[in-house]
Amino acid sequence: MTKGKVTGLIANLLRVKPEGPVRQNEICYLLTGGDRLMAEIIKIEGETVFAQVYDSTRGAAPGDKVEFTGQLLSVQLGPGMLSKKYDGLQNDLDGLEGIFLHRGLRAAPIDLSELWPVSPLVSLGDRLQAGDWLVETTENGLPHRIMLPFHLSGHWRVTYICPTGNYPVTHTVARVEQDGREINISMLQEWPVRLAMGAYREKTRPFKMMITGVRTIDTLNPMLEGGTGFIPGPFGSGKTVLQQAIARQADADVVIIAACGERANEVVEIFHEFPRLDDPTTGRKLMERTVIVANTSNMPVAAREASVYTAMTMAEYYRNMGLRVLLLADSTSRWAQALREMSNRLEDLPGPDAFPMDLSATISSFYGRAGTVLLNNGQRGAITFIGTVSPAGGNLKEPVTEATKKAARCFFALSQRRADSKRYPAIDPIESYSKYLEYPEFAAYMEDLEQADWIAQAYHIKNLLQRGREAADQISILGDDGVQLVTHLLYWRAELLDFVLLQQDAFDEVDKYCPTDRQAYMRRLLLDICDRNYQYDHFNEVRPHFNGMINACKQMNYAPMGSPIFEQHLQKLEELAGQFLDATSPV
Amino acid sequence: METTAFNRHYTEISHITKATVSLQADGVSNEELALVEGRLAQVVRLQDGQVTLQVFAGTEGISNDARVTFLGNAPVLQVSEALLGRFMNAYGLPLDGMEPAVGVRTEIGGPSVNPVRRAQPFEPILTGIAGIDLNNTLLGGQKIPFFADPDQPYNEVMATVALRADADVIVLGGMGLTNDDYIYYRQRFETAGVLHKLVAFINTSENPAVERLLVPDMALTAAEYFAVEHHKKVLVLLTDMTLFADALSIVSNRMDQIPSKDAMPGSLYSDLARLYEKAVQLPSGGSITIIAVTTLNQGDITHAIPDNTGYITEGQLFLRQDTETGEVIVDPFRSLSRLKQLVIGKKTREDHPQIMNACIRLYADAADAKVKQENGFDLTDYDQRCLQFAKAYTRELLSIRVQLSMEAMLNKAWQLVADWFRPEETGLKSELVARYWKGKK
Repeated sequence: MTKGKVTGLIANLLRVKPEGPVRQNEICYLLTGGDRLMAEIIKIEGETVFAQVYDSTRGAAPGDKVEFTGQLLSVQLGPGMLSKKYDGLQNDLDGLEGIFLHRGLRAAPIDLSELWPVSPLVSLGDRLQAGDWLVETTENGLPHRIMLPFHLSGHWRVTYICPTGNYPVTHTVARVEQDGREINISMLQEWPVRLAMGAYREKTRPFKMMITGVRTIDTLNPMLEGGTGFIPGPFGSGKTVLQQAIARQADADVVIIAACGERANEVVEIFHEFPRLDDPTTGRKLMERTVIVANTSNMPVAAREASVYTAMTMAEYYRNMGLRVLLLADSTSRWAQALREMSNRLEDLPGPDAFPMDLSATISSFYGRAGTVLLNNGQRGAITFIGTVSPAGGNLKEPVTEATKKAARCFFALSQRRADSKRYPAIDPIESYSKYLEYPEFAAYMEDLEQADWIAQAYHIKNLLQRGREAADQISILGDDGVQLVTHLLYWRAELLDFVLLQQDAFDEVDKYCPTDRQAYMRRLLLDICDRNYQYDHFNEVRPHFNGMINACKQMNYAPMGSPIFEQHLQKLEELAGQFLDATSPV
Repeated sequence: METTAFNRHYTEISHITKATVSLQADGVSNEELALVEGRLAQVVRLQDGQVTLQVFAGTEGISNDARVTFLGNAPVLQVSEALLGRFMNAYGLPLDGMEPAVGVRTEIGGPSVNPVRRAQPFEPILTGIAGIDLNNTLLGGQKIPFFADPDQPYNEVMATVALRADADVIVLGGMGLTNDDYIYYRQRFETAGVLHKLVAFINTSENPAVERLLVPDMALTAAEYFAVEHHKKVLVLLTDMTLFADALSIVSNRMDQIPSKDAMPGSLYSDLARLYEKAVQLPSGGSITIIAVTTLNQGDITHAIPDNTGYITEGQLFLRQDTETGEVIVDPFRSLSRLKQLVIGKKTREDHPQIMNACIRLYADAADAKVKQENGFDLTDYDQRCLQFAKAYTRELLSIRVQLSMEAMLNKAWQLVADWFRPEETGLKSELVARYWKGKK
């Protein structure tokens, strides 16, 4: 392998003079002060190679040795990744010694000694291509398929398949042959993180709802399996609480959380809660379906950039075995900032706000790796990707938000106003959108579930909320007695929908997760009230009337559906909803 | 700073800017310290034999044949229990005329704690201030700044919090502190009789700006020593982080880096996060809690410094003067403690989260009513009651002059709500209303 010597450095950017050929994005190691620090080539300029070190370069000096590996930044893939906590370079954090993350430490991502129960899925003589399933094992209750390595091209014939039994990941589970060349297949393979993993037949349009149990998402702006979405919002608007609620509750087989440049204590919260909490669909512990890739904000900035790719590659691996993967990245703005820091050190000409010029292309090609795919064997796999964005100053007119808006299909805008008045989740119902509401595939799917009214009612509710906002504006301009009574009614209808449907207590045992049947029930109930023709003599009557109904509905939200408390407040609600009705005009 | 016969000396400086000098030198390593005509400097760039040094005290009067001595190591602090009770400058050298504290030489700005080795914060820090304890409960191991305009009494509030917080060790990092405030802190801690558990690193406004860059690392290195080695509960006070960030921008500007928002370096987020993330609860019981001050310009939190800080810290405490009552309060809208959910209603009384939110919602309605009033509209009866409530809430709970126990705060909150509203106007859970609702006074 090529060797080289350091000629200069600034922060974590090395200048190296190599003694032989090197390739762009190749991994190399800086040997300094007894440590072996991983770095990646990011620019080659004549005799000088620029490499970003994924660690602190304190004490490094010109003349230090560099070893090039010829390999691109890759992750190891195989059974045993679920419930692991990795850093951005896939070191197993539990395997690292000591309290502090001393630089240059490595810990194997996958346990090589653990035995896995393996059973074959193919027979001798079968012709296979990359990504086809060879054998199956079970990882935390999920089927884990060992696939023909993704880098192989053409068709391969199975010449050996292992009998059913328990094996470690390095065991040869199959042999395949092509043109007289025979290779051994183990349960481990590697993939370069910056390349999208193919090995499927086609990518299709999403059609199936990914249930989150968060009303304002599912009811108004649903996310689909294989869909993309993003959550921008100023600090303190509840991005993290919302994303963690989605991570806990979403109906997915595997959840991968990329904590990218965020707070360590938030990751610790996941570490402590997920092993205790139950997966709402399988009843197993949440941690068993979760992989965490943590590059918290104090870890080296270059590894932060790598961490989102590490997480995406793992997601693609599980997708290719026919699973529904949810990938969450908090926050993609930190990733963009890492790109900015490096391009700044490379003295590239800056784009808007000093971000690199290709930021928009980088973000959209990353979101493009999500999607629902049809595998070669006709099975489906999906990656649903939701990223958060932390716009500088809460201003959505900044490069990361703008670039992401072009790439993602759902937009969950968090509003400072809602957060200030503690209306959580603070998703603005009017600014936010889900493009999937317009998908005929989704409409057809909901019809099959006998939920055909879901989409139409989502639009209806948005319309009522919009009119409520206009009414609020009118009242604040003209005053309570300067507007017609109907304006008050419009305003209070929207308030009812806001308090009961949009707002949800993420910390209440019952309210935090609202199943779809309950969502449909409450939605129909509320719309029935909203469509009634109330008549008041004075605007002073409207507030207490609606306050009473809001209160009854909120108590219902806090109670298990069908419980005595629920029924009691439902009765109270129906009593209130029957008052002030205009008997003369048709409902 | 002592030099030895083994240090390498150079006398040919090729470039001098306001904050940096460059020269040809061999065998120099990244982040190594040097003395330039006796002034402390640090290596920030190495390229083809040329070394660029950031001179902390500035380069005024440095000649191009100045003597440059490389010291062979990154900045260090000697850590030991002898640090307790000491006042030092940004380099860790005594300000109190005594001998330097001797201990284990520890490089500042060391590695971060492995997240899987952290414990979850669990211990409330009670301050007696309702804007904090009731609305934004603080926990050991948390990092949180006060956002305040320069005319707000943030140093006084911070000293109060430090004295009530019951910490084993208090570390004060002063950056650009006025001499008056420095003396204030010293006297306040002296009067309270806590000097024996105080370690202070002080850079006053008279000292060079770039020196400030060392203060937080010095303070946090000392804090880590007590928290990790002695399992102490350490409270770190950093004031004022805006002046620290300003110093960062000076250096990056001299290094020809392309500025991002508000002329701050593009790495501002990472630079601040590296410090704030030192806050930790260790499984051994030791903890580092960071309470900082970020001064604002007329309450503008969209400026790059408070904005980046808000994304890093676990909330913020927003100090402002209430125009209606004249009281200084911790603003219930814009303040937040992200970790409070771990304790409220669990370590504190069960009704804490609900009554807290109910009060804030009603306070928000009062703000709406006030806008209506200012626009000259008639107020409804509900609006009137909201305004009355807001006034009482500000005077009797939020004002930083009020000192109450947690229990008393909760009871007071229920009393105020009952004084002005009916239960169904509050959205409170009916079981809690049944248990805690008070009659009108």
